[in-house]
Amino acid sequence: MNHTIFYAIGAVLYIVGAPFLGCLMDGAERKLSARMQGRIGPPLLQPWYDFVKLLNKQVVTVDRAQFFILTSYLVLMVMSGAMFFSGNDLLMTFFVLSTTGTFLYFAAIVPSSPYSSMAASRELIQEVCYEPAVLLLSVGFYLATGTFNARAVFSQNTSLVVFLPGFLASYLFAMIIKLRISPFDVSTSHHAHQELVQGVTTEMGARNLALFKLAEWYEMVFLYGVVAVFILNSSLVSVLAAILVDLVIFFCFVLIDNTNARVKWENMLGLSWAVTGLCSGVNLLILMMIR
Amino acid sequence: MGKVKKSPWLLHYDGSSCNGCDIEVLATLTPVYDAERFGVVNTGDPLQADILMITGGINQQNAPVVKQLYDQMPRPKVVVAVGTCACSGGVFRECYNMLGGADSTVPIDIYVPGCAARPESIMDGIMKAVELFQKRSDEHDQYEKEHKGEAGPVDPNINTARDKVKMQEMKGAADA
Repeated sequence: MNHTIFYAIGAVLYIVGAPFLGCLMDGAERKLSARMQGRIGPPLLQPWYDFVKLLNKQVVTVDRAQFFILTSYLVLMVMSGAMFFSGNDLLMTFFVLSTTGTFLYFAAIVPSSPYSSMAASRELIQEVCYEPAVLLLSVGFYLATGTFNARAVFSQNTSLVVFLPGFLASYLFAMIIKLRISPFDVSTSHHAHQELVQGVTTEMGARNLALFKLAEWYEMVFLYGVVAVFILNSSLVSVLAAILVDLVIFFCFVLIDNTNARVKWENMLGLSWAVTGLCSGVNLLILMMIR
Repeated sequence: MGKVKKSPWLLHYDGSSCNGCDIEVLATLTPVYDAERFGVVNTGDPLQADILMITGGINQQNAPVVKQLYDQMPRPKVVVAVGTCACSGGVFRECYNMLGGADSTVPIDIYVPGCAARPESIMDGIMKAVELFQKRSDEHDQYEKEHKGEAGPVDPNINTARDKVKMQEMKGAADA
């Protein structure tokens, strides 16, 4: 009973707090990026200013369906995150996350603009790249703990990274693709513009783009939360360790973003499946042997 | 209502020019001048842009492009002409294909002179544009507040020829 309340609080904290945390992380990313390039960079709260401005702009609608689809995208994203932080079934959580990606694809393809449509198909390719790693991850959690139940997975005596280092590696690789960090920002880029104008967000303006940003903040917190699961165990010190690991990974991702050029989607597909197959696959085989 | 001036997103269009101002606009975004510290993002998407920055003059070929970019930008929006060519047509003014400066096609709010315009003056132009952007946003909110629930076009910034034609069409349809 006590635990149920604890997990319910987790879900509520995620729904209320994730936008703020995600916004801060987004701001920190831009600031850190700028410092790496020898610039002063925007204020930490810049993403928030952008968000407020977008809500204040005139709504120019290319296709009315887009608002509905983007709202679904946001709701599903919040749902998958809340399911995760409230300790629901992990397999289900990751399935809802996959559905979320599909809604982004629909949001990009309904305006039938050439740039947006092409970016939408690229978004599907991104999904094909990161999906195996994410789905295999739930298998890994199952093999290591004997259950898909997130609550049981969260409260292990030893950190899961001991059993699942390969899964962590391929998950981090998938995360780079999922967060659209350069070199894998083929569907849309966070910086200036790319060869497809703004990729999937080309036809999103004002309110619609704000919705997309909000969903991205939720997504960011959720994805970093999954990394924390690898580190967490029943001791309190592990919480600190998890935060530290998240910070280190955050820094590394910004560094990767700043030092890599975009690759072709063929390379992304080959590389991501190779990494998933090697790291997750070998880890999976070893787990199956020792069990 | 909201503070919008902290997040000006630029759309840069290079018209008929020698590309000098074009390079200076890029220089404005590099580490030395770092326009991003004011929240400036150089977006390539008119749907997401707040400030249209035009370098170079307007000729027969690019006039419809500039006009379309302007029309695609959601309100409130500000237009900045950067460099002598965008301000007046510059050395190309008398060419047979030229229409003149950027104000021959779209209404310009801020003129940044110079050949080529220095990054410092471009930055200054952006800052002036940002103030105007906030003012327009406030005016828009005020107008919406006062005219809440009223039918018809509720925007005071109707300033393109296409908008005027559209309004006349709507009026004609309403009368008939």
